[in-house]
Amino acid sequence: MVESLDSYDFSSGGFGEFGGRFVPESLVAAVSELEVLFRDAWLDPEFVNQYKEILTSYAGRPTPITRCNNLSDSLGIELYLKREDLTHTGSHKINNVIGQALLTQRMGKTRLIAETGAGQHGVATATAAALFGLKCTVYMGAIDVERQALNVFRMRLLGAEVIPVTSGSKTLKDAINEAMREWVACVHDTHYCIGSVMGPHPYPLMVREFQRIISEESRPQINALLGRDPDYVVACIGGGSNAAGSFAKYLESDTILVGVEPAGGAAIINGTPGVIHGMRSRFLQDEYGQLEEAQSISAGLDYPGVGPEHAYLASLKRASYYCVTDSMVLDAFQRLAKSEGIIPALEPAHAIAWVLKEAGNEIPLGSSVLVTLSGRGDKDSETVARILGQ
Amino acid sequence: MSTYVDEYVPLEKELRSKRDAGKKLLIPYLTAGYDQDWIVSVEAIANAGADAIEIGIPFSDPIMDGPTIQAASQRALERGTTPISIFSELAKLDVGVPLIAMTYCNLLFHAGFERYLGWLKDGNIAGTIFPDLPLEEAGEWTELANRAGVANIFLVSPTTPTLRAAKLCSATTGFVYGIGLMGVTGVRETLSNSASEIAKSIKAVTDQVVMVGIGISTPSQAKSVVRDADGVIIGSALVKILLEGGGPAHAFEFVKSIRSAIDSL
Ligand SMILES: Cc1ncc(COP(=O)(O)O)c(C=O)c1O
Repeated sequence: MVESLDSYDFSSGGFGEFGGRFVPESLVAAVSELEVLFRDAWLDPEFVNQYKEILTSYAGRPTPITRCNNLSDSLGIELYLKREDLTHTGSHKINNVIGQALLTQRMGKTRLIAETGAGQHGVATATAAALFGLKCTVYMGAIDVERQALNVFRMRLLGAEVIPVTSGSKTLKDAINEAMREWVACVHDTHYCIGSVMGPHPYPLMVREFQRIISEESRPQINALLGRDPDYVVACIGGGSNAAGSFAKYLESDTILVGVEPAGGAAIINGTPGVIHGMRSRFLQDEYGQLEEAQSISAGLDYPGVGPEHAYLASLKRASYYCVTDSMVLDAFQRLAKSEGIIPALEPAHAIAWVLKEAGNEIPLGSSVLVTLSGRGDKDSETVARILGQ
Repeated sequence: MSTYVDEYVPLEKELRSKRDAGKKLLIPYLTAGYDQDWIVSVEAIANAGADAIEIGIPFSDPIMDGPTIQAASQRALERGTTPISIFSELAKLDVGVPLIAMTYCNLLFHAGFERYLGWLKDGNIAGTIFPDLPLEEAGEWTELANRAGVANIFLVSPTTPTLRAAKLCSATTGFVYGIGLMGVTGVRETLSNSASEIAKSIKAVTDQVVMVGIGISTPSQAKSVVRDADGVIIGSALVKILLEGGGPAHAFEFVKSIRSAIDSL
């Protein structure tokens, strides 16, 4: 753990020129306190053990790696999946939330608030709140409340209050705005449990550390199977948390790291530098710096920005970023289901879609490719059924 | 204080001299471009006795603003309002009181400092407020703005530690913006105790002009706050009147009522 914190410049709170802490004065004390608390906790073996113990006994870690036998044959590559879909609550979001809930306890705060797009982070937060006896309020864009109705029901069942956000584009970016506003008013007893590697420092670093478990597990697992690192690690990018966790252990290796954005929300490929939601990063914005709306079939990737670490990795060319269209994603969603018996969430279906398109092209035949399957597809079945007219 | 008055940027010089003459200060806020009459409202507010006027440059994601100013911003953006359209309309205006541009820092970074400063000059703007630009990130902008005679105003919150409050007070130019309550902008039924508390605690560390804003909505609330503060900033209550179609005449009456209340102390 220490190794990873050392490489981060705490004084600037940034990843190179990206990151920082652009918050209203009313939140400065809270984010400073969180930074110190997180650093102390993450260097405290007792905290780390407790975090890992909960991930094992409650969240079902470690998750396995599955070889996609049928797709590997037909694509001419070695395709493996890191199965975050098999965790409790069905996505990688639980890894981060357990860490932040433990920190909330350590701070003596009694309430969690969260934003959610697909509802996976909201469900994970509601779950941790139930487990730790914390109150929980989740902000969700009104459009997402409709398209992810199953997750809204799950959150309420878990005891959380779900507040539909009707301002702006009524999606993830507006849910973040509303959660920030609530945090300003309630910061004395409330922790804002941000769901991705975004927001003001220390969130991008902290959430990356809580998602690092993905590659801490996957590297020895895939080495046991292949006798070496994979040629590619591929993950989808919303804010970028599953990707950041999937990349972390391979940053110093020769593995090619690939992040896949939705074509309608490709902040790295089509965005420009800006300062929004507490961080300097890349955003889709107009000529004056007004944030633009993203447009994606996947509620979890429907965000016009990206975490600062990815803007940084892109600037270093250490990771490469591509985008795929909604229709490619729908094909990938069905193809993984039919050929491997695994129904992915629409978010990681982006990563699969890129592999399907590039196997034998950008990805040389015979390559080993490890895709992070960040979540399962139950929540999206209705959306996909509607689009396919079934 | 030992500082020569000539070292103050014009906004600060003006507010300090009024304050030192025993006057309580009033800075109303309105969102630029919420309708085609907004400039007329600026004039009405000036005529009603404002000491300066805060002009909100609408931003797509205003995280420090409650429903009223969010709605005004959204309406302005839907009407095609841009920083350039605002500053060029303001260029034609002479209301006789200083104007302060309040917006979020992405507009500043996106334009670039020099270009933004050029816009401010075009619009005769005397000061800037960026609620999401903290002290640690503001050094370069503050220096550039001050050198050009433009104030950059920092906010002090009820959660700001004393040492940091002192730093903010020495970095701010124009005045110190005391945040009256923990929360975003918006009309509140009752005045928070923290409004007077914040004024007192800022006064204890600085001789700057101390304005308190956020959550101050009525003449009696304003009067109560200026017992400790040098003045008040009134935003959402005014914007609400304008959004509900009150027009410049109602805006004038409302600002005048606040003016009389604080003058009657
Ligand atoms: C299953 C799944 N994967 C990925 C994401 C995108 O988030 P991130 O890029 O932070 O991993 C989400 C967000 O809701 C999700 O539910």
